[in-house]
Amino acid sequence: MATVENLPSATKERPIGFGRLKRKEDARFIRGKGTYLDDIRLPGMVHGAMLRSPFAHARIVSIDTSRALAHPNVAAVITAKDLETLGLAWMPTISYDTQAVLAGDKVRFQGQEVAFVIATDEYSANDALQLIDVEYEPLPAVVNARKALDSDAPLIRDDKTGQRDNLASPTWEAGDEEATDRAFAEADTVVTRDIIYPRCHPAPLETCGMIADFNPETGQLDIYNGNQAPHAHRTVYAHVAGLAEHMIRIQCQDIGGGFGNKVPVYPGYVCAIAGSIVAGVPVKWVENRTENLVSTGFARDYVMHAEMCSKDGKITGLRADVIADHGAFDSTAQPTKFPAGFFHIVCGSYDLEASHVKVKAVYSNKAPGGVAYRCSFRVTEAVYLVERMVDALALEMKVDPIDLRMRSFIAPEQFPYETTTGWTYDSGNYAETMRVAMEMAGYEELRREQAEKRARGELMGIGVSFFTEGVGAGPRKHMDILGLAMNDGADLRVHPSGKAVVSISAQTQGQGHETTFAQIVAEELGIPPEDVEVRHGDTDRSPYGLGTYGSRSTPVSGGAVAVVSRKVRDKARQIAGTMLEASPEDLAWEKGRWYVKGDPEKGAAIEEIAARAYSGEEMPEGMEGGLDAQVIYDPPNLTYPYGAYIAVVDIDPDTAHVSVRRFIAVDDCGVRINPMVVDGQIHGGLAEGIGIALMEVLTFDEEGNCLNSSFMDYLIPTALETPDFELGETVTPCPHHPLGAKGVGESPNVGSPPAIVNAVIDALHETHGVDHVDMPCTPARVWAAMQGRPEPPQ
Amino acid sequence: MDVSITVNGEQISREIEPRQLLVHFIRETPGLTGTHWGCDTSNCGACVVQMDGEPVKSCTILAAMCEGHEIRTVESLEVDGQLDPIQTGFHETHALQCGFCTPGMLMTARALLDENPNPSEQEIRTAISGGICRCTGYKNIVAAVRWAAEHEATAKQGV
Amino acid sequence: MQTPAAFEYERATSVEGAIASLRRHGSGARIIAGGHSLLPMMKLRLANPEHLIDINDLAELSYIREEGSEIRIGALTRHKDLLSSDRLAEHLPVFRDAENVIADPVVRNRGTIGGSLCQADAAEDLSAVCTAVKAKTVIRGADGERVVGMEDFHVGPFMTAVADGELLTEVRIPLRPGGSSAHEKVERRAGDWAIAAASAAVWIDGGTIVESGVALSAVGLTTIHLSRAEELLRGKGPSEQLFEQAGQIASEDCSPTADGRGPVDYKRHLAGVLTTRALRRATARALHQEV
Repeated sequence: MATVENLPSATKERPIGFGRLKRKEDARFIRGKGTYLDDIRLPGMVHGAMLRSPFAHARIVSIDTSRALAHPNVAAVITAKDLETLGLAWMPTISYDTQAVLAGDKVRFQGQEVAFVIATDEYSANDALQLIDVEYEPLPAVVNARKALDSDAPLIRDDKTGQRDNLASPTWEAGDEEATDRAFAEADTVVTRDIIYPRCHPAPLETCGMIADFNPETGQLDIYNGNQAPHAHRTVYAHVAGLAEHMIRIQCQDIGGGFGNKVPVYPGYVCAIAGSIVAGVPVKWVENRTENLVSTGFARDYVMHAEMCSKDGKITGLRADVIADHGAFDSTAQPTKFPAGFFHIVCGSYDLEASHVKVKAVYSNKAPGGVAYRCSFRVTEAVYLVERMVDALALEMKVDPIDLRMRSFIAPEQFPYETTTGWTYDSGNYAETMRVAMEMAGYEELRREQAEKRARGELMGIGVSFFTEGVGAGPRKHMDILGLAMNDGADLRVHPSGKAVVSISAQTQGQGHETTFAQIVAEELGIPPEDVEVRHGDTDRSPYGLGTYGSRSTPVSGGAVAVVSRKVRDKARQIAGTMLEASPEDLAWEKGRWYVKGDPEKGAAIEEIAARAYSGEEMPEGMEGGLDAQVIYDPPNLTYPYGAYIAVVDIDPDTAHVSVRRFIAVDDCGVRINPMVVDGQIHGGLAEGIGIALMEVLTFDEEGNCLNSSFMDYLIPTALETPDFELGETVTPCPHHPLGAKGVGESPNVGSPPAIVNAVIDALHETHGVDHVDMPCTPARVWAAMQGRPEPPQ
Repeated sequence: MDVSITVNGEQISREIEPRQLLVHFIRETPGLTGTHWGCDTSNCGACVVQMDGEPVKSCTILAAMCEGHEIRTVESLEVDGQLDPIQTGFHETHALQCGFCTPGMLMTARALLDENPNPSEQEIRTAISGGICRCTGYKNIVAAVRWAAEHEATAKQGV
Repeated sequence: MQTPAAFEYERATSVEGAIASLRRHGSGARIIAGGHSLLPMMKLRLANPEHLIDINDLAELSYIREEGSEIRIGALTRHKDLLSSDRLAEHLPVFRDAENVIADPVVRNRGTIGGSLCQADAAEDLSAVCTAVKAKTVIRGADGERVVGMEDFHVGPFMTAVADGELLTEVRIPLRPGGSSAHEKVERRAGDWAIAAASAAVWIDGGTIVESGVALSAVGLTTIHLSRAEELLRGKGPSEQLFEQAGQIASEDCSPTADGRGPVDYKRHLAGVLTTRALRRATARALHQEV
């Protein structure tokens, strides 16, 4: 029996387990040695480029590819006709609709895919696009979601049998209509607002693309692709292309941002695969930025009508009626039973008596999508609505917006709390988090400053938002996507040397998984994080799971890794018992070793146990050798992170330019695995929220032409528009999660836009009578609001 | 046409089309895919390299225009296994997440420090305002540049 | 990424050579300097020149110098040099004001004043700056040089007085005593085109504005030269009321179009506000009263 003098020692710089650990993956990125999709070159590889429709709605009269085919560097031009013979002209979407891979009869949005060129190099492929002649017969376009269901609206989806109108998804309801009517009837105060969450775009810095490499001899399809759910994509391709799933390998190496934009299967992917199958060489397709903005998964586009009421100073009821613009094909991503995603979390952080929510989805002549951009499945829309309504109610009641929230919060003793729309929130101490934010902001001092400035004609606004969101989808009894359970796997193998490899289903696009998941194993087993290799992104080498979006990595894959680590630890206990000639029940654990209770010198470190597990020496009765385990984790519930955000804005009274002076964010995401990584996630999301609130929008003219199809007009904040974020934390562990962690990636996008818009209105209400303005709060739109005529985005 | 361009101190000679952009010339050079691209309209800064010591957007320069000039890419920052302080700074302060904007930010920041060894927060924010980052919200990037400035100053003092 | 169509490329080794090449290739030839207006258009296939003449080696066209009672700026002078020049900032602070908000620092390392003026985008800041300070442009052709005042330089959207076979070589700005200038711009985000911008220059003697120059960016098909405002200001003592009247004229005399940056009424309003601000600041500087 060996004694161990030195366990690896943790330091503040290098915690063994949770803590502020610098990232392992940085090493390649700071050297410019990441492997992003466009960095990959395969022998014999050719390049694809996509011809897209200039019209939002038009019949295709003819497509003439002869000039393109005559180009010396062009290998093939694929149109819908060619895909029809392969059964690939249309593909299923996550929402059980179909989407055209290449347009055959009609084009239904500007930017829709019409033909796919394959050439020797990128420049030639782009040239060849100019040589394809398409004759179109333009049709009137549906651009305004409110008008999509007018009796005279043009029918977009005439490809669907029995489709008579532009309804994409019938009205979905949650809550209790009768109880809500009662609450409103008994209320002291009622406010009503029409609020739009405009269409915006996740616009990760790396656009979407794929290399498809089909080997006709072996039947193996190798796919290189930055996507957020590789296993789900593999299943879809097997289904759509009639290929054997076990012969498809998807490798996601480094991904330059996802934010939900890299969840869907895009026509470009299917064309690259088809091209490779037909041509027998690798086909690379990488979209340009315009393509990314006009054709890939956009976010939001919710037209909302809401009413909120209060009685005796407390919020009591909420009604929300929503038209969701899904674009030309319904390809939103959400669990099957939740066609409006988690929008019904619009009941918010408040102890309401009743609420009632209705959402219907319509088609329009715009790109398909809607669920993206860190939205947590429509939680961004829901929280925006409820937090704007709370402020509207506070204005009407003439009370401080924080006071109204404090009086209406769900109290700590009420958890687990079942909301009026059927959620069971896990844990929370909302008032505490709100207080921390107020103190960090110096709320009273800010109100004093505001009053002084107002007296001098200067406009300053303080905006608050408090959010509860639901993440970590989800329990198999409630949630599936395309019939696939939203469970994640984890495989943990400890090698004879005591070093380990953990393979996970989650798919990082910058969230730091190579570090944080190593930290979970380190926390549970005491193996230093640098000795734990995290494997992901390769469907051949990682367990089946549904990937990373909806902030699910920590709640689901994190849960899986904790559970699998504990399985390994339990097996290690049995082996240690044999090694120490003690009963396993008489052993105690300190991070990294099992030791005999009452005789701490007598112990076995995890490295020794691993060596033993692979050696020829005696093992516990009936136990197999090796030290590894496998788990598929089914989360018992979502987790419910929350936060209190305060924004301080200054508005130029003459030009109406809004600048964000300060942003205070206090997040409670339960236990934090790596506080540095958590803070980084929050910084990024807050910057995106500022973008959404002040400048990001996809607008269209009456003919459906997209007016923000490049980064010249789709504006993203730079370092000059973002303040020095002030972050705080409270920690209320999640009672059902193995680590007590909740996840945080999307919280900052959820909470920040309402805080900023509330701040803008707060700056302008008293002096200019503004009680609502829709995003984005550009100088022109804020000025119009100040003149008394706020305009919706379109 | 034939061009010969000095990249990271080495002459690279190649036959190209006049229309080839510098970013593509660089990325087609073995080992030099660290310079990225992210837009079509010179807005995002993912492609920033140094030309004669100044940060430039390599997607908006023809390779042909670079003959007779010195191009430096992110791969030139590490020398003989020693990271540049700006690289260490990014790692220390968690100034990168997906890493896609990082090379452009590093080359911009390196040029800033070469010209202004002690930049203020505002000067840093201005210097990097030609680049977009979707992941970090810029706060830690600013901290990284300050870290590098302070460590270079200390190194110069012989501490 | 979007990529340009094919073209021929040559490097000019002299101004005469560039001009000769322009003449030889006719309207299919374009000069490329900084390239940050031209190349993006070529990538989007909005411009498809057959022949590019690279003038970046013509170092003799990059300078900022005082000659007699003028400041002369070579057409190839980069934005970053216009920004950093203390001499220019001392005499004509409007340049530094504008350069601080033109594009971004990285683009400014390449873009040139000649390129900006010749692009003739109405939203371009330096056109308003040069108009306000009464600049003259020097255009050289095969037959020699001619001098064209800024008010005649921009003839229409994206169209200038530079004819085929000619090259803009220099911008000359008169230096008169008692003068200063300022540029005010509002944009949706740093680096964006102006929603509206105003440049103002005033020359003050004995407490009176003896001359002024006022011009607007982004609120017309080309740069708007506010001659009516200059008439109003001439011979008057500076006052807040006067600046506001000039702002009123600015609102009336511009002709903005509605687009993603804003509707017509907001742009008119901004033109007024920014004209007033630019005049106020230029005057404070001229009177050495700016803090």
